[in-house]
Amino acid sequence: MKRGLAIYAAAAYLFLHLPLATLVLFSFNASRFTLWEGFSLRWYQAVFTDAEMADAMWNSVIIAIVSTIISTVAGTLAAYALWKRSSRLLSGSLYLSLVTPEIVTGISLLAFFQWTFRWLGWHLGLHTVILAHVSFSIAYVAIVVAARLRTFDASLEEAAMDLGATEWRAFRRVTLPAISPGVIAAGLLALTISFDDYVITSLVAGVDSTTLPMVIYAMARRGANPSINAISALIVVIFGAVILISERLREA
Amino acid sequence: MNRLRFWFLLPAWLWLALLFLAPLAIVCVYSLLSRGTYGGVELPWTWESYRRLIDPLYGTILLRSIAISAAATAICLVMGFPLALFIARATRRKSLYLHLVILPFWTSFLVRTYAWMFLLRDTGLVNTALIGLGVLREPLPLLYNDGAVLLGLVYGFLPFMVLPLYATLERMDPALLEAAADLGARPWATLFRVVVPLANPGIWAGTLLVFIPCLGAYLTPDLLGGGKSVMVGNLVQNQFTNARDWPFGSAVSLILMLFTLAALAAFYRRAPKELL
Repeated sequence: MKRGLAIYAAAAYLFLHLPLATLVLFSFNASRFTLWEGFSLRWYQAVFTDAEMADAMWNSVIIAIVSTIISTVAGTLAAYALWKRSSRLLSGSLYLSLVTPEIVTGISLLAFFQWTFRWLGWHLGLHTVILAHVSFSIAYVAIVVAARLRTFDASLEEAAMDLGATEWRAFRRVTLPAISPGVIAAGLLALTISFDDYVITSLVAGVDSTTLPMVIYAMARRGANPSINAISALIVVIFGAVILISERLREA
Repeated sequence: MNRLRFWFLLPAWLWLALLFLAPLAIVCVYSLLSRGTYGGVELPWTWESYRRLIDPLYGTILLRSIAISAAATAICLVMGFPLALFIARATRRKSLYLHLVILPFWTSFLVRTYAWMFLLRDTGLVNTALIGLGVLREPLPLLYNDGAVLLGLVYGFLPFMVLPLYATLERMDPALLEAAADLGARPWATLFRVVVPLANPGIWAGTLLVFIPCLGAYLTPDLLGGGKSVMVGNLVQNQFTNARDWPFGSAVSLILMLFTLAALAAFYRRAPKELL
């Protein structure tokens, strides 16, 4: 039984990892086709010299960084306040934002932006993407930080306040440093979610705010192109590193 | 705390109220308006969009989405259970095995979906290899069908099933297995009459975590199903972009939300909170 289980597990791990592994392997293929013709870095070169890809990458980085900073601050503060005293309304809204299908979040934001912009004369662009990303990342941040707060001993904060610290000072000097690994882990998670999002982004992006996932999607729709393998390989490796760091911090 | 609490909750509340709840409210309003000529909506108020939902064409899409999601959830359960059991019973390197499940899951969802396009399309790795080996003459149509969508969903959400199952199986006392064996139970009997019932909370939690994102899936059926395999998510998107029928798209979105919340309510009671 145990032996059979181990063999099955090996097969399951192959199923989980083989598709990405072959994708990465063929990013080093010299041929344009799916036949191995020798090692080459030409597709990486193609990625790094592609102006459209560079623009999209830059947009994605700006969006991810700005939205991560905002959602990490908002999510952490909310998680802390909810840890002190719960609010069914706010936690309910946070969970609702988590279970709402992305496509529904996307079209509702699109409808909202179209409706408000008609009065304000604004247009879709990087700012609308950032606003959208923050609204779906806050829940993720709040959940990761809340998990960290559950392991934090509330009496430490009370002790600080007994010793004369104000609430803000106790939070700033005692609680926040103690939960900071969880906060950073939450931020890294928000960063990858923002960087990866296609569905919501494609609906609320303007003409000048194409992101990397939008470029990858368009190329994938057009047909085989090993450049996608190269950019995917880079994403897999960078994401993997970020998530490993985030997991370590969460366990710390 | 009260003054501080106000300022701490303000950013999250502002964002959720303005950029999540208000947009949902607008979708509710739009679903009751008439279709604008160039997209958007116009007066007068009407139930027309909801009336159109009764059309068998759209009912079929909804039922298909539920069927595909249910099938993906069942496959995830069957595939995920032995894997979770393996990790829970491992004596060494448990954390490594667990990370090997989590890691691909946190890699870009788009990239993971593209990986299957790369493998399955006519000029993809599987067909190229099979033709090269002389097994096939013509490429098999592996991509752009329901099977490919199902595969993509299972691949995408399998970790969501494994993690809660692992959490319940991990807490299981190994002495129970010995007791079952001592009392003469064969391994399969032990599995189905001791292990599976004990893992029940994990099964419900995993079912919830897999079924709900599958039901609202958009990217997987879009990329792996092509135009042929349409799920509710694609119907919504199509109404907002190509068909330019925003009121109907809004009505479909709300139905999708309703089914998502119904599924949530059905599974949530049975799934312990700490597993979600």
